[in-house]
Formats: sequence, C-alpha cells, structure tokens
Amino acid sequence: MNSLSKKTHLMSRVLIPLSLMLFSVLTWAQDAAAPTLEERLAKAESAAAAAQTAGDNAWMLVCSALVLLMTGPGLALFYGGLVRKKNVLATMMQSFIMMAVITVIWAIFGYSLAFGKIDNQLDSWNLIVGGFDFLFLNGVGTAPSAYAGTIPHLTFMVFQLMFAIITPALITGAFAERMKFSAMLVFCTLWAVIVYFPLAHMVWGDGGLLNAFLGGKIPALDFAGGTVVHISSGFSALVCALFLGKRIGYPKTPFAPHNLVLSVIGACLLWVGWFGFNAGSAVAAGGLASNAFVTTHFGAAAAALGWLVVEWLRIGKPTVLGGISGAVAGLVGITPAAGFVTPMSALAIGFIAGVVCFVAVTEVKKRLGYDDSLDAFGVHGVGGFTGAILTGVFANSAVNTVFKDANGNALPSGLLEGNPSQVLNQFLGALIAIVLTMIVTYLLLKIIDITIGVRVSGEDELSGLDISQHGEEGYNLDADLGVLGTVSGSASMSALPEMVEAKS
Amino acid sequence: MKKIEAIIRPHLLENVKDALQALGVQGMTISEVRGFGRQKGHTEMYRGSEYKVEFVPKIKLELVLDDDVTEGAIEAIAKAARTGKFGDGKIFVFSVEDAIRIRTGEHGEQAV
Repeated sequence: MNSLSKKTHLMSRVLIPLSLMLFSVLTWAQDAAAPTLEERLAKAESAAAAAQTAGDNAWMLVCSALVLLMTGPGLALFYGGLVRKKNVLATMMQSFIMMAVITVIWAIFGYSLAFGKIDNQLDSWNLIVGGFDFLFLNGVGTAPSAYAGTIPHLTFMVFQLMFAIITPALITGAFAERMKFSAMLVFCTLWAVIVYFPLAHMVWGDGGLLNAFLGGKIPALDFAGGTVVHISSGFSALVCALFLGKRIGYPKTPFAPHNLVLSVIGACLLWVGWFGFNAGSAVAAGGLASNAFVTTHFGAAAAALGWLVVEWLRIGKPTVLGGISGAVAGLVGITPAAGFVTPMSALAIGFIAGVVCFVAVTEVKKRLGYDDSLDAFGVHGVGGFTGAILTGVFANSAVNTVFKDANGNALPSGLLEGNPSQVLNQFLGALIAIVLTMIVTYLLLKIIDITIGVRVSGEDELSGLDISQHGEEGYNLDADLGVLGTVSGSASMSALPEMVEAKS
Repeated sequence: MKKIEAIIRPHLLENVKDALQALGVQGMTISEVRGFGRQKGHTEMYRGSEYKVEFVPKIKLELVLDDDVTEGAIEAIAKAARTGKFGDGKIFVFSVEDAIRIRTGEHGEQAV
C-alpha cells in the first residue's frame, strides 16, 4: 500500500509533466518545421537548377569574353601584321571599330532581328528574319530564354553579339589598304543588318529556315557559325575584292607583311578565342562543350600541318605565315562541325581544310588575279564552305543527336553514318548564304560607291590609310629625334638630328 | 685628315670595331643601310607569292682619321670584314677639309 501510493505519487510528480512536455515538443515540431515531401523536392530542384545555372553561366560569360578576344587583339593583330607599315593602324581600326558599332546596333535592334520571333500571321517572314519583340533588349533579362534554358537571356544575347562583331571584321581583310574608313563603316553596318542578322536568324533563330533543331525546312547543320560567320564573310570578301579592284601596284610591287610577329600573336589568340566560339556554342558547360573544345583544337592542329606539308612540298619551305594561316583555316573548317563530329573526324576535317585553303590562297587567287589583300575569301569563304560540306559527311548521331524518328530514336546524321541527304542540305544551306551575301554585298558597295565612294584616292592610298584616314602613324619610333616636327602653334624649332662625327 | 666610309656585312661589325679599337681608333659612327652590288638578293615567300629582295641589309661605318693612321685602319677593316664571297662590301676614302669639336671649338686634327 505504501509502495503503491509512492508509485502513484511518482507518476503524478514526474511522468505526467514529462509526457506533457513530450507532447508539446511533438506538436511544436509538427507546426513549425515539418516540410512536406513536395516542398523538400521543390527546394532540391531549385537548388539543382541554381547550381546548373551557376556553372553554365560562368562558362558562357567566359566564352563571350573569349569570342571578343578573337576580334579585339586576335584579328586586329593577325590582319595588322599582314599589311604594310603605313596601313597598320587603319587595318586594326577596322576590326576594333566593329566592337563599338555592332554592339550599339545589336543592343537597339540587332538582337531582335536575329533572335526575335514574329507573330503567327507573319510566319513566312519568320523563316528569314526575326521580329521586333526584343527591340531595345525588351524582355531580355536575367531569366533564361527559349534558346538556352540554364543561362540568363542576357548572357545568351551578349554571347551572340560577339559573333556579330567578328563577322564583318573578317571581311575587312579583303579590302585592306584601300577602302575609305567612312565607306567601310557604312558598309559593315548595313551588311550586319541586311546579311548577318537574317542569316543568324535563319540558322539559329526560332523558326529560321535552316534551323535543324527548331523545325527548319532545310535542316543544315552549323554548330558554331561556319555558314553564318565564315561563308557569309568569306564570299562577301570575294565580292569586295572584285568590286574595289587591285591595290596600286598589285601584283608587281611586293606587298610583304610588315610584321609577321604581330600576325603570329594574333593567330594564336584567334586559336585560343575559338574555344569560346565553338565550345561555347554548346550553350552549356557539359559534355557537348568538351567535344567541341577538343574537335576545335584538333582541327586547328591538323590544318596547320596540312598547309605546311603541301607548302613545303610545292614551294620548298615551310613558312610561319603558312603555319598560322593553316591553323586559322582549320578553325574555320571545324566551326560548323565542332559539336557534331568525333575528335578523329576533326583531324580529317582540319587536314583537308588546310590543304584546300592553301590551294585557294596560292593557286586559285594567282590564276584568277583578284586582289583579296589578306585572303579573307581564301581562308574564310573556302574554308567555311569546305567545313559546311564536311560536316554533312562526318556528322555523327553518337556525338549529337539531331534527327529522331517518331519514337524518339536517333536517326543517322551524316553521310558516313548513312544519311547522304545531309550533304545536300549542307550544300543548300551554304548556297542560300552565298547567294544572299554576294548579291547584298554587291548592291551595298554599288550604292556606297555612288554616294560617298568606296575607295580612297590614289594619293591617299600611296601615303597610307593611317595618315590619310586617321591622321596617325603606327610607329613613331624616332619621335624623340624630333622627326614629328613642332607642336602646331608653338614657336620652338625642332632639333634636327645631326650625324655626330666621333673623334678618332 | 681622311674620312673612311665602309659598307660591311652586319654580322662582321663587331670584328671590324675590335680591329679598329686595337689600332687606337677612338670613335666611329654606324648606320643600318640597304643596298646591292654583285651579291644577289634573296627571295621571300608569303602565302605562295615570291618577292625578290634586292636591297640587302648592310652596315655603313664612318670615321675620320689623321692621315698617318688611315692606311692601317683601311687594312684592318678590309681584313676583319672579308669572307671572300660576293657581298663583303666596299671601303671609300675621302679627304676632309676641316673638323670641329663642338664642345671646345677645336679645329682640324685636334678635333678628330
């Protein structure tokens, strides 16, 4: 009895409060911190998406910078070294100014014309050109777009901008050393609007005629811009070279490059920047980017060797200019293929592109007699066309599944895999670009020639574009000797350099 | 006083300078020049276009000396600059009317 009352006492004193406490803790936990399975799943999903965005966006911003590097120092140095001393600044300026001009028009309406979508009732227009929905970058913000679901729309926009900058800059190689700066500005701006923006839309834009992924009628494969960038600029370059005519003295007077050291640095910067151009065109930091990175590198290496081997055999010496020209030709050739072919195919494509471009630059140009100053056509036009066709030959569905049957199974991509019609599609895609670009280029040049004139006067050409167009010289290495004369308005006489006779 | 003007191969400048210094010559002026004589130029190739470079780089060396050391200096230059092939260059000798050291205003042989 005694013990029983003791037990009851214990219960009432200890267990009851304890159980009450336990109960209240349980209810508290249920009220405040018990996420449902759905909530936890949503949280995990958004964390995963944020992580992927962080990775992809970091990569794509770096790639955007790399593609700008191709124009800024890369092409400017490559082309700048190839011209004569008196034209070095003007030639570099023709690349540099694109970084400014194209950026501004891209921001205002260019991006919209390339990647916008037109309302349904105007669908047929949308095959050719984008709409006005992204005018002034309206609606282009940090949220992802339909083009790339894991990166901010702004990143996609700026990445594409860098391609629009380099494309007209490539053409400048054809008319180097003889085009008016004003005419060049007008030409390149209008060319971007009438040729580049529609072409970019046709190949990459939503609803574009040639877009293989977003329901194009003629599905041409162009991974990173072989057609949009290189065929368009290269064939436009040919028209420019023919329209402007030869430089005074060509081909009798030697036009030796004034500083191949600059060109080597420029070409190597192009090679590095091209990783952004091609691997970045995967628009994500995944396996496809790795494939494009490797194929790009292999293509450049094989093409440098291809050019050098033929040059050594045919001309007797392997030249440095040949090596770097070959590398650029290979980079051009692999551009449409980078995300569709295997690394081994890239070696083949590069080698072929190197040899074909060598023949175009050394034999074809000489025989036809046009003055493509820096071989913009021979490297970008011919290399781009070769690459487009070879993409149709070597494309492999194991690398990148483009075509699927009704059940979602992969269909063969290229000729070697059993899809010969792809070579025809590649040819048609290239042909459309060639026809558009050559006609528009000719018309633009004609209009500009009638209005402001495309070519500098003979006197200006002989004194050099640096002085005649920009009032500067690239190399004032003797400035401390007073050879620049006096500051205008100052009365002081410049000291003339005297030859000092030394005492014997 | 005589002025010696020698056109020599660029890579032999060091030899010539050492030989002249060994004779006690205290100064000279050089310039990088281009020219051609019997030595053939060379061809350069850029993307398959061959350019014949006829003007070959040379060094022009100028010095003014007392008459009595001129002959020795000429011999020293000729010996140091000779390879025996076309393109070794030439030596010209002129009479000099006067020389002035700007710092002191000295004239004639004292100034050289």
